Amino acid sequence: MSEGHAMGTMPELLIRGGTVIDRTGERRADVRVVDGTVVEVGKGLSASAGATELDAGGCAVTPGLVDLHTHLREPGREEAETVESGTRAAALGGFTAVVAMPNTDPPLDSAESVRNVFALAEGAMAQVAVAGAITVGRAGERLAPMAELAALGVRLFTDDGDGVQSAGLMLRALQYATGLGVTLGQHCEDRSLAAGGTMHEGAWSSRLGLPGMPSEAEEVMVARDIALSRATGGRVHFLHLSTAGSIDLVRRARAEGIPVTAEVAPHHFTLTDGCTSTYDPIFKVNPPLRTQSDVDAVKAALMDGTADAIATDHAPHSPELKDLPFDQAPPGMLGLETALALAITELDLTLERIVALLSWQPAVIAGLDPDHGGCQGGPIAPGAVANLCVIDPTATWTVDPKSMASRSRNTPYSGRTLTGRVRHTVLAGEPVVIDAEAQR
Amino acid sequence: MSAFPTHLLSMDDLDADDIAEVLRVTDSFAEVGRRANPKVPTLRGRTVATLFFEDSTRTRMSFETAAKRMSADVLSFAAGSSSVKKGESLRDTIETIQAIGMDAVIIRHSSSGVPARVAEWVDSCAVINAGDGWHQHPTQALLDLYTVRQSFGGGQEGLDRFAGLRVTIVGDIRHSRVARSQISAYAALGAEVTLVAPATLLPPSLEGWPVASVSHDLDSVLATTDVISLLRLQAERGSGDYVPTMREYTMGYALTARRALQLPPEAVILHPGPMVRGVEIASEVAELPSARITDQVGNGVAVRMAVLFLLLGQGAREADLNE
Repeated sequence: MSEGHAMGTMPELLIRGGTVIDRTGERRADVRVVDGTVVEVGKGLSASAGATELDAGGCAVTPGLVDLHTHLREPGREEAETVESGTRAAALGGFTAVVAMPNTDPPLDSAESVRNVFALAEGAMAQVAVAGAITVGRAGERLAPMAELAALGVRLFTDDGDGVQSAGLMLRALQYATGLGVTLGQHCEDRSLAAGGTMHEGAWSSRLGLPGMPSEAEEVMVARDIALSRATGGRVHFLHLSTAGSIDLVRRARAEGIPVTAEVAPHHFTLTDGCTSTYDPIFKVNPPLRTQSDVDAVKAALMDGTADAIATDHAPHSPELKDLPFDQAPPGMLGLETALALAITELDLTLERIVALLSWQPAVIAGLDPDHGGCQGGPIAPGAVANLCVIDPTATWTVDPKSMASRSRNTPYSGRTLTGRVRHTVLAGEPVVIDAEAQR
Repeated sequence: MSAFPTHLLSMDDLDADDIAEVLRVTDSFAEVGRRANPKVPTLRGRTVATLFFEDSTRTRMSFETAAKRMSADVLSFAAGSSSVKKGESLRDTIETIQAIGMDAVIIRHSSSGVPARVAEWVDSCAVINAGDGWHQHPTQALLDLYTVRQSFGGGQEGLDRFAGLRVTIVGDIRHSRVARSQISAYAALGAEVTLVAPATLLPPSLEGWPVASVSHDLDSVLATTDVISLLRLQAERGSGDYVPTMREYTMGYALTARRALQLPPEAVILHPGPMVRGVEIASEVAELPSARITDQVGNGVAVRMAVLFLLLGQGAREADLNE
């Protein structure tokens, strides 16, 4: 965690002229931060001598964003991303915390590998939480030492990249998790239906002659895990849901009171399988881009609360790998630096709802909110750790892969003009991004 | 008539006029092929590369023969012998080839879409798809059309017969680049295409496909078939995943001698090869006069000469063939 390293040495910070938006509502207020902590929220605050002032005129001052789904790639694939480059991208995207996925090399399935990531994240430009693997080596055969990892602060477990194929093992993992108070994240993909697939199975895959991954490959596992959650009381968080059928299953499960939550990724509410018609692997992602009716269902899930969070599934890959033939290229897209703007541009939601989906709701799922002893997701009030994001909701900008902080360039939005920009990001009182520029 | 496309990536790149032009030019090159010295100077000084990332004897020989008969210099890259095996990326390989200076690259790859990607990377070189994954194999479809037109007496009259022609394509359509190209090709000329296959061997979706009907019962469509095209069934498809056994596939979908008798007498029988006799087609059926399988192979060279001419022959005139 970064909040300690500079504590006591930072000058006062005053964020002036903005509208504070957090879970308690919206009000015009300035925010004074001293030694990493919010000390005053109110109108017309004046700066003390030597204070750093951040202009927030026309902007929203919100809790820092929290990404439930980031692939930092370190250790093992440092050519694609590192903790340093990934958290810089996060800060530029307004995130003050990311949950690092465990499909690194070695995978995050042991106390040692989790401690290693925490060590790498010291002094990083965002808080790095870790999702531990559910099974050893993410191989789906034996449970990983979940209690040991939970003791290190791991609150979310997933074999992301793969779903837990065995229903029996998933049942036992959920039973075990209830005793630890942790949540299991599922990458829903039934391998017997999806194996070999490279894109959404449907009209486009049939025409393009590419092996498909049917919607049912996701939906059968969503349905299965809802049944297992109902049976065990274990909390299941569904990662990157992409199909109308999955959304429908989750909507009904929640109405029934089953403890499941869901995230969706920006590319699943902005792009369709038709994007793959040029065979450019920049559009290859897993779960794949689906049809327009799936995109509409994902948007509806964000509107009606079926989806709890927008999560980036930030998945960097080197240009060499993305130049491979479509079926051989690895799936994944960058997400951290575009997620907020895509949400503002594409969703018919208030900024407060968008920030809820990107900040305090995911903070709760990740166990990083104040109620769970964390300091993410607000509210912005005296005594709170100053993890903040200042958003200009009307600024427009054009996505340029070359100017991104990520080590990789695999954004599918190159050249797109988006509305909504992160102006400043404050991590535990330190302004790590000022006027859309990373400060270190 | 609109200009012939820059690349030949898919049959969807060609409209009915383009196809008619290919077939017309093929006639000229077929005539060249019948000469004692079947060589013309049309592409002298031009360089053509064949880049085959997937084994193919027939298609490669056919393209290389076509290019050589037109006096082009032919460079042949085989994935097994080039630096591709040493881990050089596809893009680097293409850039190297382009730097050497090619007028056309003929690509076969086991991954769908590779020719389309390469066409985006090159700037002064025609790309010809010689078969990509399950996607397209346009010159195969063109030579099928040429063979059918020939069996109808050739020329404009033969071409006119495609309107309303009842074409039945049988077999593993799901995994077949030949089928995808054939369907577009026949439909472009106004034929009515029927697909016959077990549901497991059909594409997951036929939305937007120019197909008149789909059947799982070969016997029921034979009497109303003017052209029947049989697709190869790869052995692994008949091992329980898609079809329980090869024997069961043969029972339902092979063109046996008994089934061949149910076809109208003038019906044309095609197979893109390589044939698995006794699986898709009975040996004696493959030998019938109505089976044009050998003609298909022979026509392949002339069709590919026509394609090279139309893509590269700017400046060259058909009249030069008579020099």
